[in-house]
Amino acid sequence: MLGLAAVALIVISLYTDWLQPVRERVASLAAPFYWLTGAPSRVGDWAGEQLRTREELLEENSRLQHQVLLLEQQTQLLAAVKAENTQLKELMNSAESVDQKVLVAQVIGVSPDPLEHVLIIDKGRDDGVRQGTAIMDAAGLLGQVIEAGSSSSRVLLITDANHALPVQVLRNSVRAVAEGTGDLYRLKLRHLANTSDIREGDLLLSSGLGGRFPAGYPVGEVISVERDPGRAFADVDVQPRGMMNRSRFVLAVIVQD
Amino acid sequence: MEAHNRWFILFTFVVGLLLSVMPLPLDWQWFRPAFSALLVIFWTTRMPQDLGVGVAWVVGLVEDIITGATLGAHALSLAVLAYFSLLTYQRTRAFNPGQQLMWVFVLVGINQLLDNWVHSLSGKSVPGLVFLWPALTTALLWPLVTPWLQQVAGRLQVR
Repeated sequence: MLGLAAVALIVISLYTDWLQPVRERVASLAAPFYWLTGAPSRVGDWAGEQLRTREELLEENSRLQHQVLLLEQQTQLLAAVKAENTQLKELMNSAESVDQKVLVAQVIGVSPDPLEHVLIIDKGRDDGVRQGTAIMDAAGLLGQVIEAGSSSSRVLLITDANHALPVQVLRNSVRAVAEGTGDLYRLKLRHLANTSDIREGDLLLSSGLGGRFPAGYPVGEVISVERDPGRAFADVDVQPRGMMNRSRFVLAVIVQD
Repeated sequence: MEAHNRWFILFTFVVGLLLSVMPLPLDWQWFRPAFSALLVIFWTTRMPQDLGVGVAWVVGLVEDIITGATLGAHALSLAVLAYFSLLTYQRTRAFNPGQQLMWVFVLVGINQLLDNWVHSLSGKSVPGLVFLWPALTTALLWPLVTPWLQQVAGRLQVR
């Protein structure tokens, strides 16, 4: 009986999404477990912070001030570019860009299953995170929320073997689909014709097609292009920009309707 | 028999679940022992009248929720494991440590086989026999953990 019930559960949760609401409801049960198992590393971090010398702090402070100055200068430029951009868009009568809110979340755990690349973050529905919310770090796109609990969510990384996202080459706007490979440092471009203009070092941005990810965020850099005349498609390897297994703090990009 | 200090059983399962989501380096993930399987074998062998397939099923479901696995995957594998363990608890008790170790390997191997079956249904391919590593690590963990569990359970007179 129980075996049958389990098999029925498995089949239902694999082939339908009827259980999705239930999952999201009970997801909050999991959060304390991840929080507790993350405690030792948090204590380590805290101790590391507390035991820093004055010199180190001063040095870090001056480095950060330097960085802030640089970034501020860049923002000044950005404001002008943004204004110009809106003006041009108005001239071309194109659609307005959507409003985005960015939320900082902390990674509280990783999935124990070695076959999936899933992070658990400490923000959920209560903070505005929804299924499909894009997650990124300072360097680039990381993944998307696949299960939003009330105060924690599960994030599928773009390197997971089950993940694919539409991208665009920054240099010439060639479109492609970047697929995860199950390797944390590599994505592959699917079905890109041998004759496509793509080369090593090209930066890929999210294209916004498919409506899941906001457009224009860096995804990765092309590290190798192999063109075999015997095959229809080129073999393109991409190194993701985001620090898949190192980010402690991530950003959730919440699109406001 | 009257229930006594049953909280200890719950406590061990909670610790087991904590260990099963504990962050591990990526290369070690495959070797993570199946802690809840070990505990199910231990408790069904020690208290076969009180702990059955149902308890294992519930533990498995909680594990599915916490690890984010397909709902029912661990419920199924732990329930089957509990069934086999209950069938053979008299023999398991009589085995010497070496035989016990091998028997645990077989039981957890069955558990892993079912887990892997669900895994492959969900489209995640597993290279070769790596999914059996947890069975080996769990078996090696068995002689280290069980004497200690026996001792504490005996002192607390868990019934």
